[in-house]
Amino acid sequence: MSQDGPTAVERFLNGIIPENPTYRQILGICPTLAVTNTMESAMTMAGTVLFVLVCSNVLTSLIRGLLKPHLRILVFTLTIAAFVTIADRFLAAYMYDMSKVLGPYIPLVIVNCIIIARCEICAAKQGVWTAFMDAVGQSLGFMLGLMSIATIREILGFGTWFGKWLGWRVIPVTAPEHWSTWVIMILPPGAFITLGLLMGVMNWIEAKHSARAKKATVAA
Amino acid sequence: MSYIASLLVLAITTALINNMVFHFFVGNCPFIGVSRKLDMAFGMGAAVTFVTTIAAALSWVATYFIMAPGAPLATWLYRAMTHDPTRVSDLSILSYIAYIFLIAWAVQLVEMYVRKFFPALYKAFGVFLPLITTNCVILFVCLEIMKHIGAGAADPWGLDKALVYAFFAGAGFLVAIVIMAGIREELDHCDVPKTLSGPGITLIIAGILSLAFMGLTGVDSNLAKMIKKAPAAETSSVQDSGAQNP
Repeated sequence: MSQDGPTAVERFLNGIIPENPTYRQILGICPTLAVTNTMESAMTMAGTVLFVLVCSNVLTSLIRGLLKPHLRILVFTLTIAAFVTIADRFLAAYMYDMSKVLGPYIPLVIVNCIIIARCEICAAKQGVWTAFMDAVGQSLGFMLGLMSIATIREILGFGTWFGKWLGWRVIPVTAPEHWSTWVIMILPPGAFITLGLLMGVMNWIEAKHSARAKKATVAA
Repeated sequence: MSYIASLLVLAITTALINNMVFHFFVGNCPFIGVSRKLDMAFGMGAAVTFVTTIAAALSWVATYFIMAPGAPLATWLYRAMTHDPTRVSDLSILSYIAYIFLIAWAVQLVEMYVRKFFPALYKAFGVFLPLITTNCVILFVCLEIMKHIGAGAADPWGLDKALVYAFFAGAGFLVAIVIMAGIREELDHCDVPKTLSGPGITLIIAGILSLAFMGLTGVDSNLAKMIKKAPAAETSSVQDSGAQNP
């Protein structure tokens, strides 16, 4: 098996921070914004993406010798659509409430750019193990992205964290005199503004980090 | 008269109030990626509107006749094959795969047709056509149309409503991306903090625009009320074009 790309471990680690799908590649913005008003829906979406991405990456990697260049995107999307149908039926059967909340965003995983991009960049060129690790790493990166936004939005918007599943209250109920929940965080504008500010924070951290690294190399 | 009014309300609701970008968050990748220049943004929006309308027509036909529960064509075939006249087919599990296939096919077809017959138009938005196979707006519109077809649908849509919905969904995307591109062109002259430049500030502006679009909530119900009142006042006149713009 030719290994003319990053190895499996590199692929796995790259997905989490250096090539984070949400903050670095800015892919898959639609679900990132749409399902992050509670932690439950964010985690369900991340789980769906994990399942679909792993399955389609492994399958694409297995059939990579048969792909024709002009038909490959169509093959990728049809593969993804099949796995998304499986995930969608599974959610409708076992997590009915969550599947109602997520609504059309589960089928929209089909056109999530992350999955097609990983099929194109990694799975169509490298072996099964590398593709698998890449898929897991990217999904974990996506999960971190969703969790960071959902944490801010749910705490400010509802005052809870995992409110429906675990019932953790971050801001006590007795607080209303001092604190009223921000309705805007649950509504669409809150999603845009939170993601924009978090992106700024990520860039700021990275700029500081690289400046320190540069100073270290100059001093050495 | 009430028919045209219902289409008008549907159009305004789709394009402005439940705007694809600001309310449903679909089509955000091109919204952030291609909104740097005004002419490119317009090309992208026009291409999306065009393909959405065509794909919606195709998917309505496919859903209505083949995939919806109890669809006539599939049921007829099923009965002919099983020799059991009471069976009802339900192929809705295939709908996601079918939609993706139809969208890819429509994009390919539109690209070839436009390149052959409208070279000027192709130059204007041809480069965006292959990109929009994976545009969420189109699949989202197909899925919304799927909800309104079949025996279980609360508010069944004919082909006419589906087409109006699809066209104005695309138009809403066009409006959003053109506004964004106009703001971003002005933004080039502004002093944006370095960490926020690029996608960060774009998303924050999108949030503010989304707030502005939230101000339109309620326009649809008031409009429906006005239209309902207008025909009552004009029952004497048989002209049905007068009540179009109340």
